[in-house]
Amino acid sequence: MIVHDVVCPFCGCLCDDLELEVEGDRILRVQNGCSLAEATFMNDTRLPAPIRRTTNGWEEISYDAAINETADILKDADRPLLYGWSSTHGEAQSAGVHLAELIGAVIDNTSTVCHGPSILAIQEVGHPGCTLGQVKNRADVVIYWGCNPIEAHPRHMSRYTTFATGFFVPDAQRERTVIVVDTRRNDSAGIADEFVQIEPGGDYAVLSALRAIVRGKDSVIPKKVAGISKEQLIRVAGICKNAKFGAIFFGLGLTMSRGKYKNVRNAIELTDELNRHTKFVISPMRGHGNVYGSNEVFTWMTGYPFAVDFARGIAFYNPGETTAVDILRRQECDAALIVASDPGANFPRDAAAHLAKIPTVVIDPHLNATTALSHIHIPCTAAGIDAAGTAYRMDGVPIRLKKVIERGYPDDADILKKIYHHLNGERGP
Amino acid sequence: MTELLVKNAFVIDPIWHINGEIMDIAIRDGRIVESVSDRAEVIDAHGYLTLPGGIDSHTHVCGTKVNFGRYMSPEDMRAGRTQRHGKMHVTSGYYVPTTFGNSYRYSAMGYTTLLEGAMAPLEARHTHEEFTATPHQDMLANTLFDGNWAVMDAVREKNIKKAAAIVGWTLNAIKGYAIKLTNPGGTEAWGWGEDLTSIHEPVPHFAVTPAEIITTMIQANELLKLPHSVHLHCNNLGKPGNYQTTLDTFDLVPDLNPDRQTLYATHVQFHAYGGGTWRNLCSKAEDITRSVNNKPQIVMDMGQIMFCRTMTMTADGPMEFNLHCLHHNKWSNHDVELETGSGIIPVTYSKKSAVNCIMWAIGLELALLTKSPWQCLLETDNPNGAPFVKYPEIIGLLMSKRYRDEESATLHADTEKRTVLSALEREMDWQDIAIMTRAGQAKALGIVNQGKGHLGIGAEADLAIYPIRTDSLDPAREYRKVVEGFQKTRYTIKRGRVVSRDGEIIVDGANATFWSNATIPEDLRVDNDPEFVRRFQEFYTVRMSNYPVQDLYLPRGRRVDTEAFT
Repeated sequence: MIVHDVVCPFCGCLCDDLELEVEGDRILRVQNGCSLAEATFMNDTRLPAPIRRTTNGWEEISYDAAINETADILKDADRPLLYGWSSTHGEAQSAGVHLAELIGAVIDNTSTVCHGPSILAIQEVGHPGCTLGQVKNRADVVIYWGCNPIEAHPRHMSRYTTFATGFFVPDAQRERTVIVVDTRRNDSAGIADEFVQIEPGGDYAVLSALRAIVRGKDSVIPKKVAGISKEQLIRVAGICKNAKFGAIFFGLGLTMSRGKYKNVRNAIELTDELNRHTKFVISPMRGHGNVYGSNEVFTWMTGYPFAVDFARGIAFYNPGETTAVDILRRQECDAALIVASDPGANFPRDAAAHLAKIPTVVIDPHLNATTALSHIHIPCTAAGIDAAGTAYRMDGVPIRLKKVIERGYPDDADILKKIYHHLNGERGP
Repeated sequence: MTELLVKNAFVIDPIWHINGEIMDIAIRDGRIVESVSDRAEVIDAHGYLTLPGGIDSHTHVCGTKVNFGRYMSPEDMRAGRTQRHGKMHVTSGYYVPTTFGNSYRYSAMGYTTLLEGAMAPLEARHTHEEFTATPHQDMLANTLFDGNWAVMDAVREKNIKKAAAIVGWTLNAIKGYAIKLTNPGGTEAWGWGEDLTSIHEPVPHFAVTPAEIITTMIQANELLKLPHSVHLHCNNLGKPGNYQTTLDTFDLVPDLNPDRQTLYATHVQFHAYGGGTWRNLCSKAEDITRSVNNKPQIVMDMGQIMFCRTMTMTADGPMEFNLHCLHHNKWSNHDVELETGSGIIPVTYSKKSAVNCIMWAIGLELALLTKSPWQCLLETDNPNGAPFVKYPEIIGLLMSKRYRDEESATLHADTEKRTVLSALEREMDWQDIAIMTRAGQAKALGIVNQGKGHLGIGAEADLAIYPIRTDSLDPAREYRKVVEGFQKTRYTIKRGRVVSRDGEIIVDGANATFWSNATIPEDLRVDNDPEFVRRFQEFYTVRMSNYPVQDLYLPRGRRVDTEAFT
């Protein structure tokens, strides 16, 4: 059977034009997807059943036993952490927030180690953005700053920017100018009309220089800024000012390098400045398929996009204090529930090490690096493969992930609701 | 079967011409009935003011831009927070509260139905998700068509039927209730960083004008027989001298519907400015209300501002950028492909600002100078003019000249010279307020026959019982008590169940979402039109099959069917 218009749940692009050939509980073929999509659908090797650590290995346990023990762990905890959420659907994220509220936990999502700094910058200066179709239909200048879409978001360029045919940009490749800004010549730089190679740590200075030039203050710019010649800076600022519609996309090269959220703030303020001359927008390249959804769900339920601490009974937010990495590093956290993410693979070593010291439960379809640090791992459906649900694209467009096959796993939202019920008698969230 | 009897209620029900009678109200299974058995639970209203549940016909509480207002404002989240308590979830926020915060506070004020003022079709799923997390009010969504490419093409072709078919398909697909036009044409121009300055200026690349969009959509709306009229945020919002644009727009509107208005003009305070600069800004409320008093086909809402810090959020992207250039605070913008725009900035309305003081006066003038309260409804364009928790103060101001004078005495000295408020003696009565906060909304939205906004037999049992004894309270003098009385009901009853008592939410909610479904003849359906489908697939970034909002997003969807094109 062929399933049309399937949404790939892997990255923030949420491409929704895939065709899958399926037979029973197996996916045979993926069409229109990138290599990441193909791997997502084809290499979907699941943990067959819940497992619990024993003194010398692992044992399989029933779902009921795993859920009961997880509830007991959370009940005994003084400072539980519920972390992850970005690779599952909104229904599970919502159940997670209700659970955190019930037990007075800290709940955080993977923004904490990716675009958290972008959120902090937005909370200072706002976010002039748009949906991706605005860029596709209008943009004649596209800037990729500190990101490498060819590897991380392989269809971003063909669906939304560089190569996408737009209403006002019928001959995309000829009519769009692409600028890549990075510290190294990445693959994406190869197709750029202009490559701007910044010395590591120099983003803030280059953004400041561009802002000054856009404001007509060329005279204050030295001959070189972070390795970029004044001539190139003036040329790039000119391209931006003369654009009919310009779009900046930025990645972790900006958020996680020296300056962090100040870099993003500066980039947003450059965008603001450019809007006094033409139309310009800026957008973070969100990584996980539904990381933006976790920000959205957390926000309408608690008021904050990430790092929410319910310990005081109210929702409290103070990144740097209530963020998962910091709670773990301070060894404050005494139990952790990890859902739909892999902090074992991408948290700083001391934060990950603390996960191994405390009872950690993983709810995730796949074995991952966090499994090795955990006490219990409960496998579940994978949103967009064998579970339907809502996901938010990197630009905020909400899309319904499809269930394309049935594999007999329970939905993570249902597992979370059962844990909730255990902890709250019979009352549902 | 559940039964409830509300005894000794002092009822004002303008739709049934009941103006202050002590009555018993019988409720069975969520509806008002003639009588109930003696097993019914009894609530004694002790002669308290009892009104149909409040209805807000223009508020921003759910969806992409509201949530972005929260997202970018941790400072506001800290400004209003409550603990998990009984049936109540944690809430955060003062001017853009979390969904539960909105729902609880509206419920405490006796509000049981809300119309979200602006939903972009592409992002409708988000709005519906937040609706389900706003459990104590029935919800409806205005759907944005101001920059819709397919609609503008139909307008250019002067094809009203096609415009109607596009609207009908879209409302059905994304479960919207009514047509909203926000700065028609201007939001498309903003896609290029431009705006339109007149209703006769063409939209770049589309060769249609705002006037043509408005008149075509009015005709299309009536062809579809939609329950509500076109809901319009006029062009040139917030610009000195914009009253002329507003008057020109009102002059476009024919009287096409015997049951309700043909145009709903929202937050008109922001569209009633004289002068040419911020320095000589003045009120043109007299000109605007003269027009409305002569045009029964127009209903407006106040768009009152109150002095406080709040958040402006609208689909009117260019207006927000202009405002940002004045305020230099943070600015968010979110244009939506082929459909509309949006912008968000925080503002503080200050008594030290002559402009803000004039704005405050204009809103009140509009209400006091409009002869029929059915034609000027009480709203703040929440949270743009002020968060909705300020409504009781506005009621107090409308009912008491003394309160207005006392407030006016604290304002910028220029206010009196450039407004007429101080000369207005009118003091509204309880019935006027009942009309301006529920009955008028129900009629304007076309939901009276859905059982909203009145307490007749068969109506939905949505009631607000306020701790106000009208026989012993003089609102002109004791306006503080009026304000307090409207801040917190004794009981808010939603579909026959007490949901809020003395401001405390006591049950889990179960709201409904109303949406419009117009039956469109096969040959006019746009999903059968290969050109419409081709352009959709080519220029949107989602597939047409993934665009519609599935029924499961509306756990208690209430479809309002219309026999269009008949």
